[in-house]
Amino acid sequence: MTLLAMPGENAALLNAAVAGRSLWDDARRRLFRNKAAVASMFILGLLTFVAIFGPLVWMHKFDTIYNDRVMIAPTLENWHIFGTDPQGRDLFVRLLLGLRMSLAVGLVATGVSLLIGVLWGATAGYIGGQVDQVMMRIVDVLYALPFIFFVIILMVIFGRNLILIFVAIGAVEWLTMARIVRGQTISLRKKEFVEAAEAAGVSSTGIVTRHIVPNVLGPVVVYVTLTIPAVILTESFLSFLGLGVQEPMTSLGNLISIGAREMEIAPWLLIFPAATMMITLFCFNFIGDGLRDAIDPKDR
Amino acid sequence: MLAYSLRRILVAIPTMLLIIAVAFFMMRLAPGSPFDTERALAPEIRAQLMAYYGFDKPLFFQFLDFLKGLVTFDLGPSLIYKDQSVSEIIGSGFPVSIVVGLSALILAAGIGIPLGLIAALKQNTAPDYTIMAIAMAGICIPSLVVGPILSLVFGVYLGWLPTAGLDLGEMTVPTLLLPVVTLSLAQIAIISRLVRSSAVEVLRSNFVRTARAKGLPEIQVLSKHALRAALLPLVSYLGPACAGLITGSVVVETVFQLPGIGKNFVTSALQRDYPVVMAVVVLYAGLIILLNLLADLAYGLLDPKVTYE
Repeated sequence: MTLLAMPGENAALLNAAVAGRSLWDDARRRLFRNKAAVASMFILGLLTFVAIFGPLVWMHKFDTIYNDRVMIAPTLENWHIFGTDPQGRDLFVRLLLGLRMSLAVGLVATGVSLLIGVLWGATAGYIGGQVDQVMMRIVDVLYALPFIFFVIILMVIFGRNLILIFVAIGAVEWLTMARIVRGQTISLRKKEFVEAAEAAGVSSTGIVTRHIVPNVLGPVVVYVTLTIPAVILTESFLSFLGLGVQEPMTSLGNLISIGAREMEIAPWLLIFPAATMMITLFCFNFIGDGLRDAIDPKDR
Repeated sequence: MLAYSLRRILVAIPTMLLIIAVAFFMMRLAPGSPFDTERALAPEIRAQLMAYYGFDKPLFFQFLDFLKGLVTFDLGPSLIYKDQSVSEIIGSGFPVSIVVGLSALILAAGIGIPLGLIAALKQNTAPDYTIMAIAMAGICIPSLVVGPILSLVFGVYLGWLPTAGLDLGEMTVPTLLLPVVTLSLAQIAIISRLVRSSAVEVLRSNFVRTARAKGLPEIQVLSKHALRAALLPLVSYLGPACAGLITGSVVVETVFQLPGIGKNFVTSALQRDYPVVMAVVVLYAGLIILLNLLADLAYGLLDPKVTYE
């Protein structure tokens, strides 16, 4: 009877069983079976690559002004394939630049929210008791704030500082992350498989790395993929109101707001940025949904 | 339950004070002032203006003055539109925002709930996939894209509806249709996804199985047992939904040139019209807190498992 064997052996056995097909192997298999998610990863990878390297090799610079070619429709002449904007700049290269900016804001601000949220939630969940009560009460209070107003006030006050945009949006988005991480930590501490691992003599480092982290990581990864599009939206919304990234830099929201102003005479100024934004958001959301189904397939 | 509400209200008071204080000191400690006009003012005039509005007092006393004004509902005149008081500005913008926001919420619930229920009943079949694809589109296509495109198609190309502008006197269906639809799309998507996932769970639960085992007709199983439980999570979504509508209304009001409170807020913040900005922040913070409380109370009434200790 292996169950009566020494704890060490038992742990080794458990490890061997897990190594056969881990949680992540399963998740990866399910994720790669999801066609929408795979296609989204491919498209998003392509978009990111073009956004990073495209402006370097494209024949037009993002801030070059062609006074004789203001708001011309998409044409192959001079390679203005997406036309030019009201200042006479090439829209294609500006679009790539805007996409790059939006992706950067999305990643960095999500990183900020991840950092704060995981630390906050894990601390509250792990320590528990009074500390947990106070920390989560603070989150509850912050939830009630009309945050977008505070971000707007911040932008107005400190000017359209890029770093501030990152931090401000990240600081808005960490609340849900903290709640998720706390809930997971608390429920995991009491789970049977953690008790079983403890009883089998797995060290606490082993429990944390093998059981706690992977199980907290799942929902966190899912939420991160869904936070990135939310952040991109918030940034574009600020840019749309004229409070985001400043000229001659640009972001998708900034381009859309210019497009919305000129749409009656130059619809391409709205259509291309809007389409790019929608494709990006679709990709992130499909990947996020795919990940959720892969990691936690309860709903399907 | 009365005790619970009272306690929640007692907690809400320091929360509101905190929000007011943060917003107030953030605005005031920042560089820039409402009197930074294109032409520099003579120092004497500037000093007189500062004294007139009480800006020469220590900041803390200004804060107390502001609180006093808030309690008595008299925040004085706007700093930019000298002939209008803050209450007048809020009073003219708020009804527009409320009408647009409430219509959008009703529309979103009216469409989102049935869609979610259908998707859950037909889980993993063509209707489910179609509805969830639509919902995904609703989440991925932001209002700042939908708004301009709708107004381009229906306003400019087809000419069926007015694209922009709305006089308070005529809040008619045609003028409000596009803003309301734009605002509701994302909410329809979120609500239908929420209802679907909770309904899927409820349909698998033991009490539904029991109801079916008793031999109840399917329609009764759904309407009497499943529906109420499936719609419960929606009630607690009311608070966040309200916040979402408020945020969305800023964009929609900008796109469609509606004289609502969201648009007011952005212009006031840019012009540093302190009293108007503060009034809007306080109003919306109060609204969100109130709606969250109502949602929690409603949840308790609908779900017998919840008790307020």
